[in-house]
Amino acid sequence: MSSVPLGSPQVFHATSAQSPPRTAPPEEPAPRPSAAAARPPASRRSVRAAGLAVSVLLLLAVLVLSLAVGARPLSLGDAWRGLYDSGSPAYTVVHEMRLPRTLLGLLAGAALGLAGAVMQALTRNPLADPGLLGINAGAAAVVVTAISFLGIGSFTGFVWFAFAGAGAVAVLLYAVGGGRGATPARLALAGSALNAALFSYVNAVQLLDTASLDRMRFWTVGSLASAQTYTIERVAPFVLAGLVLALLLARPLNALAMGDDSARALGANPARTRVGAIAAVTLLCGAATAACGPIVFVGLMVPHFVRALTGPDLRWLLPYCAVLSPVLMLGADVLGRVVVRPSELQVGIVMVVLGGPVFLYFVRRPRRLGTRRRASTGAAPEVAAP
Amino acid sequence: MTIRQHPTSGGTASPSDGPPLSGTETGGAAANGAASAGTALSDTVPGAAGDGTAGNGAAGNGARPPRLVGEGLTLAYDKRTIAEGLDVAVPDRSFTVIVGPNACGKSTLLRALARILKPAAGTVVLDGERIGAWPAKKLARTLGLLPQSSIAPEGITVADLVARGRYPHQGLLRQWSREDERVVAESMAATGVADLAERAVDELSGGQRQRVWIAMALAQQTPLLLLDEPTTYLDIAHQIEVLDLCADLHESGRTVVAVLHDLNHAARYATHLIALRDGRIAAEGAPGEVVTAELVREVFRLPCRVIEDPETGTPLVVPAARR
Repeated sequence: MSSVPLGSPQVFHATSAQSPPRTAPPEEPAPRPSAAAARPPASRRSVRAAGLAVSVLLLLAVLVLSLAVGARPLSLGDAWRGLYDSGSPAYTVVHEMRLPRTLLGLLAGAALGLAGAVMQALTRNPLADPGLLGINAGAAAVVVTAISFLGIGSFTGFVWFAFAGAGAVAVLLYAVGGGRGATPARLALAGSALNAALFSYVNAVQLLDTASLDRMRFWTVGSLASAQTYTIERVAPFVLAGLVLALLLARPLNALAMGDDSARALGANPARTRVGAIAAVTLLCGAATAACGPIVFVGLMVPHFVRALTGPDLRWLLPYCAVLSPVLMLGADVLGRVVVRPSELQVGIVMVVLGGPVFLYFVRRPRRLGTRRRASTGAAPEVAAP
Repeated sequence: MTIRQHPTSGGTASPSDGPPLSGTETGGAAANGAASAGTALSDTVPGAAGDGTAGNGAAGNGARPPRLVGEGLTLAYDKRTIAEGLDVAVPDRSFTVIVGPNACGKSTLLRALARILKPAAGTVVLDGERIGAWPAKKLARTLGLLPQSSIAPEGITVADLVARGRYPHQGLLRQWSREDERVVAESMAATGVADLAERAVDELSGGQRQRVWIAMALAQQTPLLLLDEPTTYLDIAHQIEVLDLCADLHESGRTVVAVLHDLNHAARYATHLIALRDGRIAAEGAPGEVVTAELVREVFRLPCRVIEDPETGTPLVVPAARR
């Protein structure tokens, strides 16, 4: 879509020659298009690279905004000085509150967006979001159990519980919702059922255990507000490991997207790719959930928008998601600080308010696309059927 | 002997009438062979398509030992056995077509030959080595498969889909290269989809889509190409278009193995025919010798007459009228 201006003359040409003659006519098309076709991919790559650079700039802008906006607004200059000048009046605010919060938003956003993109590729389901499919809820359920029944209160303690929960749900989801015969519908059903069950468990534990209710209340809503430097130090290695793993899986997942047989015919290893992808999702979701609670919709919305920019190529999709998801996350957090001033809304709530309508839009959209496609081609839609 | 167009083991296997590859060695150097086949293809295809089936390439059966062999294959899904003790050899540089009634094990055999399905017993041997021992990517640079069901990721463009065929040639340290660019452009040109490069695969017609998938398999640059029912779901004109393309690929020096449903297409295009029935080979050889009324009755349980195809002289199966 990004290359429409470049590609459009060709598209027009191709449409006018809709059904080509049955043997390649010797007159003209064969040599010329090979030269013509060599150009667009190269320029498309530079468009995509430029887009990625713009995304990084956008991220920087949001990072600065997140440092400056809050209960005590700072000018951009003050925020900047507060970052490095320990004598500046803004130093404490920036270092004690805004910086950890911003960094946590950066890490958790990148983690959740990337996990969503990997999940969608793995399940070939555009609606797969670790939040909606219960992976974050799994992490939350185990963490709540740990807080409530085992008396564990520190992040270091419960990050491992979060991993256990996220991993268990990821594997369970894969087993229940599909394995080999995974269909998007089965997966979505299994995921939403798990999600509902786990969240009601979390709620039940909170209601029964009033002592830890307060401690957990913000956490289970999803918040960046309680971020501490030390949480970030703990969560960063896991997010980075998940990030590297996810990016390494881009090409094998690309191959897997065309079906198991195709992937194997190309020399990829579907089983190993799936295990790696589940590990990456577990790392990313577990770390993000442990740090700021179960936040939904980031992993759904960002990959969807990005796919419209980059197409389904994960070598581009994943880096874009890693950069743009924190933009959404921090954007939502900043918005939450502004709308109900002097109080603030947790990022998880803002995300649901934003995400709900977007989600509905996306749920409706593919169906419309699908029917139109079938009507327009008529010839053989079944080739693409799994 | 009614074969006019396809010299076989009995016929004249002269290598000289296939211009593109007459100078190429057949040694085990797969990459070398693939590269020359690739370049040759882009030179040949427009011309070859023009003069129909005249150019036969090097299609001799007996000259070279087969590169792809299945020995004593027992093929099974879970507990259901499809075939037992099957011996099969794909002649080098042949256009081998596997035919047979539904559920006779055609696709299963192809999947086993491509290492997608692990045989319950027996071995598949490629270039003298057990196929299970081949490293996955090296195998994917030697043997390509177009599976029956492939999924085009939503919104993917033709060029991007074809580019995914380069997977076995890439690695962590060797990402996208000029060479990849060139091969993708050539593969699209060879299959006549270069004009569609920027179109979304979802928008194409069935015939165009099938050619795009074949282009992807071509981009793998494999000297052996296995196609599982490449013409299914296509109308007759698109079926012929795809088969002509397969014939071009064969003439440019590739060994092509295809599972086909239409016996007449198989008889017209194959240089080597394998007829399967209940997991057994009922007959194999040149279509002119193999396709007889008795065989069709035995394999398909269909009474028929076999006449000479007025276009090519190959056997033409005409089912008997009901009365």
